Amino acid sequence: MSEPLLLFDNVVKRFGDFVAVKRMNLEIGKGEFIAIMGPSGCGKTTTLRMLAGLESPSEGEIRLDGRVMNNVKPHERDTPMVWQSLALFPFLNARENVEFGLKMRGLDAATRHQKALTWLDRLGMSEFAERDISTLSGGQKQRVALARSLVTEPQILLLDEPLSALDAHLVIRMQSVLTNLQRELGITFVYVTHSQSEAFAMADRVVIMSNGEVAQVGQPKDIYRAPANRFVAEFVGRNNIISGKVKSASKGKAVIDAPSGSYTVTADAMPKPGAEATFVISADLVRVTGSKPKAENAVAARLISEEFIGSVVTLFLESGDGTEFKVQVQERELATLDLKSAELLWLSWPAASAHLLPGG
Amino acid sequence: MTLDRAVTWVLRAWAGVVFTFVFIPIIFSLVFSFNSQRFPTIPLGEFSTQWYQTILADPDVWQAALTSIIVAVCTSVLATFLGFCTAYSDYRYNFRFKGAYLALILLPPTIPLIIMALAMLAWFSRIGASGEVWSIIAAHTVLTAPFAMAIIRLRLNQMDENLEAAAWNLGASEWATMRHVVLPFCKPAIISAACLCAAVSFDEFAIAWFVSGLNKTVPVVILEIVTGNIDPQVNAIGTFVFLTSMTLVVAAQLLFLARTARGTKQGAGT
Repeated sequence: MSEPLLLFDNVVKRFGDFVAVKRMNLEIGKGEFIAIMGPSGCGKTTTLRMLAGLESPSEGEIRLDGRVMNNVKPHERDTPMVWQSLALFPFLNARENVEFGLKMRGLDAATRHQKALTWLDRLGMSEFAERDISTLSGGQKQRVALARSLVTEPQILLLDEPLSALDAHLVIRMQSVLTNLQRELGITFVYVTHSQSEAFAMADRVVIMSNGEVAQVGQPKDIYRAPANRFVAEFVGRNNIISGKVKSASKGKAVIDAPSGSYTVTADAMPKPGAEATFVISADLVRVTGSKPKAENAVAARLISEEFIGSVVTLFLESGDGTEFKVQVQERELATLDLKSAELLWLSWPAASAHLLPGG
Repeated sequence: MTLDRAVTWVLRAWAGVVFTFVFIPIIFSLVFSFNSQRFPTIPLGEFSTQWYQTILADPDVWQAALTSIIVAVCTSVLATFLGFCTAYSDYRYNFRFKGAYLALILLPPTIPLIIMALAMLAWFSRIGASGEVWSIIAAHTVLTAPFAMAIIRLRLNQMDENLEAAAWNLGASEWATMRHVVLPFCKPAIISAACLCAAVSFDEFAIAWFVSGLNKTVPVVILEIVTGNIDPQVNAIGTFVFLTSMTLVVAAQLLFLARTARGTKQGAGT
């Protein structure tokens, strides 16, 4: 990672007795696209508001480019934000909205005008420059809001759930607009969202927060395949989380006894036999077969229900002891399985696919 | 369906009755102001503008109109300014005794006018200010500021709670935000409040009668004319006053409604 542009050093934010952010340490590099994700009330928006100067940390320091930002007023920093509600000025037209930041910086009218038009053009909005905000669609307003924040050419852009109000098909379009912009400009994006698909699709690194704490920081793929703890494993979803006792551990593999059976997982740090252990196996890494396969891990289960979402189908199954399993299979694969007549299906996966959670 | 339609018609008829009740006296006053006869009787006499000529030739009426206009304009500016300040302080800040603060601000319209007028007179004569034009202005400002506050507060309610923060975020100081965001956002409500305050001040009689002394306003002059004798001049003046007030009130309404519909909170739709 390049030299950090932004640094959270032991940052704590309290509102009365409520601790919104508990001792946050985080480095964000120049030109990084970072997503802060978590359920509502996890402290992600507070973190963003501290970056914008709308809240100041109760403890610790936030440094931007080496400068301590704790007591810098919002209008004295260059950390523009794209708001969830967009917060466009309804009494100004699209171009005047974009010009606002330049006007506050004292640029003359001609320069403002020209810069605003350049940015509107860049976002494909030049024909709407003189339109009233109220006459624009959601996606168009979004682009005006982006242009308004970027026109001052900041080092960093803050985004607070900017796509949450858009239709699904527009979300995908705006995601590519955002990632392309970020790459072209090479500036840092800090993107707060509760949507896993948005975070994973766009971000270089994802910060998962829970109850004011950072639960995990990492690349989307790592977070998905190797969650650091149970919270992340559950939050990321579509994971089977299996807990049991370690029976034996040797040569990088551990055998775990769970109510539904005995499983082998690969492990970097060898757990002690007899200790509690939990591992996750992603639903898409589980194979389903009609007869018992030759595999390191196999469990028989009854089909309870299925959820069809296009090319992928999620099966919900239950093993003999009542443990629920989730399996994702391709729809066309499913056709080759005779689900209806099969009394029991077999679920299997190689030991290497399972991920042992550190700390049990 | 037929029941629905019946209900609609009953409601329309009721609205018609109410409007008739309210407007008939005004219309009669308008009609008689063009009537040549001294007494308001039917059948009407000939069409005549003599009463208008009389009042236009009367220097007392001109003086009163001038006083009324000065008072209305000053009152509307002062009351709207105070109304905006209180509305904004209520919108933006939380502090101890805010309930009491708001109750005090909204109190004046609930006090019977005659009591308010007497109290004003007593106070102004004590400080040696009764009978001055500015004392009428002060009294009217007290009376109308709560209306301005209410209108502007309603408008602030429609403001996206992040709008000010968005302006700071783009480099605007708090004052710049006030000037470039809050005031433009509230502009329709501010103009509307100013029109309404001017209209109330222009029409107000009780306080003006007690406080005005020799600087009579138009309503005071009207009362003086009718106490002496029956004089159709009153109808002519009344028509003027009515048209002025109605223009102000309608302008206030139009401005307020036009802007409420458009450009309030940013919709989430696409």
